[in-house]
Amino acid sequence: MDEPCGVSRRELLKRASLLGVALNAVPLIQIDGLRRAPLETLTASEGEALEAMAARIIPTDENGPGAREAGAARYIDRALGGALAGSLEAYRSGLAAMDRYAQASKGAAFARLPPRDQDALLTDMDNDAAAGFSGAAAFFNLVRGHTIQGTFCDPYYGGNVNFAGWDLIGYPGIRLAVPAGDQRLDARPAPTHRSAYDHAMFAKRLPSRAAVADERHPHGD
Amino acid sequence: MAIDLKPTDVVIVGLGAVGGVAALPLARAGLNVIGVEAGRWLTPEDFAPDELRNNVRGWPQSVQKANGEVPTHRPNASAPRSPRPGIHPMMNGVGGTSLHYWAQSWRLHPWDFKVVSETTRRYGAARIPRGSTVEDWPLDLAELEPYYDIVERELGVSGKAGNIAGRIDPRGNIFEGARAREYPMPALRGTGFTDMMGDAARKLGWHAFPGPAAINSRTYDNRTACAYHGYCSRGGCHIRAKGSTAVTTIPKAQQTGRLQVVTEATVTRIDADGNGRVTGVTYVKGGEEYFQPAAVVLLASYVYENVRMLLLSASAAYPRGLSNNHGQVGRHYMSHNQGAAVTALFPRNINNWYGLPAQGVAVDDWADDNFDHAGLDFIGGGNMWVYSDRRPIGAANMTTFGRAPRWGAAWKAFVKQNADRWNTAYLQKTTLPYEDNYLDLDPEIRDPLGFPVCRITADHKDNERRVAAFIQDKMVEWFMAAGAVTTEKAPVGTMGPTTHAYGGTRMGDNPETNVVNRWGFSHEAPNLGILGASVMGTSGARNPTLTAQALAWRTADHLARNWKAVTT
Repeated sequence: MDEPCGVSRRELLKRASLLGVALNAVPLIQIDGLRRAPLETLTASEGEALEAMAARIIPTDENGPGAREAGAARYIDRALGGALAGSLEAYRSGLAAMDRYAQASKGAAFARLPPRDQDALLTDMDNDAAAGFSGAAAFFNLVRGHTIQGTFCDPYYGGNVNFAGWDLIGYPGIRLAVPAGDQRLDARPAPTHRSAYDHAMFAKRLPSRAAVADERHPHGD
Repeated sequence: MAIDLKPTDVVIVGLGAVGGVAALPLARAGLNVIGVEAGRWLTPEDFAPDELRNNVRGWPQSVQKANGEVPTHRPNASAPRSPRPGIHPMMNGVGGTSLHYWAQSWRLHPWDFKVVSETTRRYGAARIPRGSTVEDWPLDLAELEPYYDIVERELGVSGKAGNIAGRIDPRGNIFEGARAREYPMPALRGTGFTDMMGDAARKLGWHAFPGPAAINSRTYDNRTACAYHGYCSRGGCHIRAKGSTAVTTIPKAQQTGRLQVVTEATVTRIDADGNGRVTGVTYVKGGEEYFQPAAVVLLASYVYENVRMLLLSASAAYPRGLSNNHGQVGRHYMSHNQGAAVTALFPRNINNWYGLPAQGVAVDDWADDNFDHAGLDFIGGGNMWVYSDRRPIGAANMTTFGRAPRWGAAWKAFVKQNADRWNTAYLQKTTLPYEDNYLDLDPEIRDPLGFPVCRITADHKDNERRVAAFIQDKMVEWFMAAGAVTTEKAPVGTMGPTTHAYGGTRMGDNPETNVVNRWGFSHEAPNLGILGASVMGTSGARNPTLTAQALAWRTADHLARNWKAVTT
């Protein structure tokens, strides 16, 4: 597989450029349509629960698009069939346990609950205080980490759709050369809105295995 | 049965940061060299600016045999094993980890070579920490200086000298030992943020300066200048501006016609005869086993693998492992006390989105013995380093300084505002060797070929913990002087697998306490040389690579000049 983020998105971008349409101007509805493409790994109800969960971890609100618009759940679903395959069972059992806990304490599946109830359930899980759900905090942290990946990764991997994540935190995007002026304190380079792999020189080679490096500890090489 | 290959002059085990350097003086001297490397060649197209792949999922390290050999760790001999990381800190590949390292290219401080005698002279022998096995190096900075000078030029190092033959220049590091001449390239440029930090340091009366890096600040050796794109850490350089041995000394050695590179070959044993001389190496490639005879073997893998290879190469002459008849292989292990960082929050964006870890500002006022330790309860110190480097996933994973929850709307609002307002300083601190910090073979965990992996038994001692606390306080002072609103200190962490490991085959004149002699050759197997930070007896307070490379050049140069003596 050469193109994990979906040929259709690249095709769309290509068409957009052929038509002289700026990347920003791609109608949101089309991007949204891409995000609704069939799941690759999870079942429909698992996917629904995951998307609802991600949407509370990084909600859509007055601060702009969140994990839902960024396609974080879609990123995770795809990665669970590849680089994150080692976590698939944790997702299957974790999402099922979350829905059982939602049923038991709020009377409905997680995705059917109002946001306030969903937040209460996730708070219980985060605190490892969800009755009958052993390993809830570990599962919550797993999903939280992958939701951040799916929201802020290169769009090549199917997340960060429409550069929603990068725009949220003000990352000005991939530039292969950065002039000195762009590194001054008050410089605000315009977002490039390009994937690394929009640069033809880079091989689209998939990583052979998943592992999580802890970026909080600097590694001086 | 292994397939016997044609004998060669020198076989180098591992063509990374040090093996890749040693090949050049040997090839230039007309010796035939075979470099056996577990990884393969990587090219610019492999180095995409892709944070998820490079930094989160551990590529390009994941290409690798190393990931099947991650050392285990326990803090002491009676403690249980610590959780084992999924990826090795180093990678295989022609050029090794120098493909994607930060390329900070420091010389050690004069004090680092003479910790015992200098501490004794200035403060008394009682100030050497109890249980430490530290010795003076068998050489001093002046003796290593010509080799630093050579590798700085062959790799291409940018920087600003602070001490040229005793003339102090405050634009560079006023604490550095004397050097013969200026760096071959000017320092990498400053940023708005690093300039701000430099000003704050000077306001405190400290001496800020740009650090040295094996990264081109201008076109050098037909390689282009750094473009500051921001994906330097663990990403490799797609324009060859980083002076990895894969684009510097290795191709230069190949141009002589004397270096043969064998890739995707895993060395399983260094062979020795009944007289204790090494005869060559056995390696596995493509499912076949080969024996490569050589007059000299240079072991140039990483610290953990150097030790492991020796211990796995037992023979009649070396029943406890090659060159281990004195029981010194694996002793005097150090990591670099790289934990205990400090992270600061600023009241404004600091525009750290581009740049590289080597583009920064350093303060050495509290490193080594640059300050009076008379009233303090430790020796040594730390190099403080602040730099411009930020990527979006890492930015979103920022600490919230206790000011916001870890998820939800309040988290999102916090990260939206502060993603570009924080910075983590890199604090490298003196680490000493101790009697009970060591490497050996794990009795249970094996690699995919069935060989035991390396086991680390080590923990930070009082001296190292005191250095860490002292330097963290200094770093907080520096950040606050620059206008930070709050700071957060990280714990010292464990001494588990790290990119800055030292010792295990220490260099010294005394064969009772050291594995290699002052030239880097085994006290026991005279035609076995060992390269890398495994020969270093002290850590210094700065990145080890340039020192390991200067020592590698020196060992290779010694071999070329004394070929008959070493090989007969």
